[in-house]
Amino acid sequence: MTDYKMKPVEGTYHFDGEMATKGFSFNKMCYSFNSEENRQAFRDDAEAYMEKYKLTEEQKQAVRDHNINRMLELGGSIYYMAKFAGIFGWNMQVIGGMQSGRTTEEFQAYLESQGRGKNNG
Amino acid sequence: MAKIIGGITTSHIPAIGVAMDKQLEETPYFRDLFAIYPPIREWLGEEKPDIAVLFYNDHGLEMWLDKKPTFAIGCAPEYQNADEGWGIKPIPPVTGETELSWHIVNHLIENDFDPTVCQDIKVDHGATVPLTLLWPNFTYQGIKVIPISINCERHPMPKPSRSYAFGQAIGDAIRCWDSEQKVVVLGTGGLSHQLDGPRAGILNADFDNWCMDKLVSNPEEILQFSNVDLIERGGAQMVELAMWLAMRGCIKGEVEEKLRNYVSPISNTAVGVQLLLPKEA
Ligand SMILES: [Fe+2]
Repeated sequence: MTDYKMKPVEGTYHFDGEMATKGFSFNKMCYSFNSEENRQAFRDDAEAYMEKYKLTEEQKQAVRDHNINRMLELGGSIYYMAKFAGIFGWNMQVIGGMQSGRTTEEFQAYLESQGRGKNNG
Repeated sequence: MAKIIGGITTSHIPAIGVAMDKQLEETPYFRDLFAIYPPIREWLGEEKPDIAVLFYNDHGLEMWLDKKPTFAIGCAPEYQNADEGWGIKPIPPVTGETELSWHIVNHLIENDFDPTVCQDIKVDHGATVPLTLLWPNFTYQGIKVIPISINCERHPMPKPSRSYAFGQAIGDAIRCWDSEQKVVVLGTGGLSHQLDGPRAGILNADFDNWCMDKLVSNPEEILQFSNVDLIERGGAQMVELAMWLAMRGCIKGEVEEKLRNYVSPISNTAVGVQLLLPKEA
């Protein structure tokens, strides 16, 4: 049998069929946050909202903990999670820091160190 | 016959759209990036393309996991934009071009590509940011746009070689369309960046510049890479190179690189911009 498993890349969760299956309900909830009405419903009662979308207990806990890496591990996709992050006003540098164990400022400095800080652009 | 007058690669990151909204173009952080756009707009103003064929990926506005096309082509007279959840301001509708859309669909299916055909889709920042950059102050409404999306969100994604071949077939379709209209092709997204996971924040200027060089001189050399190869070198979202390859595939033969810019980082991303002109008529 051909094995279509993707080659692992360190520090990276490939969002493949297995992950997409695991994370479907969670991502569905995140996708719903395209609408302000739904974002407000989550702000009003996050637990009820997560229940409505049938998140697993582990996924709910990751949401309560604001643990982005855990959400990814449990099948979250960053594209839909960005809409979840919007509720809290976290931009991509904030999220980048949260995932890589840095403060937002440290994360920005890390980005700069590979670019303009390195005199490459 | 219709003519492809040039190809443009540009980032589509929301931070650029937001910077335009807030008029931050002249600030030190954004100045180097925005410097490239006036000469591109000048070129567009002189050449006056009628149609923009725009390769983008939908990050979860219209196309979500439930029904997600690998390749999709818009065949609508108009495309709406909407709230994406994290604060980018929606823009007024984009004008479509149904006749060429359907011609491309017919040509693709005749040539063994089978895209999803969309008569009513919303387009997200992947399409709206480039349009706003190239035709600011809503002047994009004066150009007819054909949005073509490539799945860059969920594996399996089309192989880079396939996205390039897809672009080649679309280029052929445009060149055999019985019309005197002028077409510009846009490859959006990229370059190195990774938004998710403990490795978030990785950038790779050397690889980005190599890709930009090869896009001009020998795009087929890039096709040696699989999507995982791209992820290893340029981060999880480097797969957005698919749209650049599709754009380059549209242009037959050699190109002249008229303009280039590379600024890294903007937000979490290395931002590359190129204007390529076909050498063959
Ligand atoms: Fe993107």
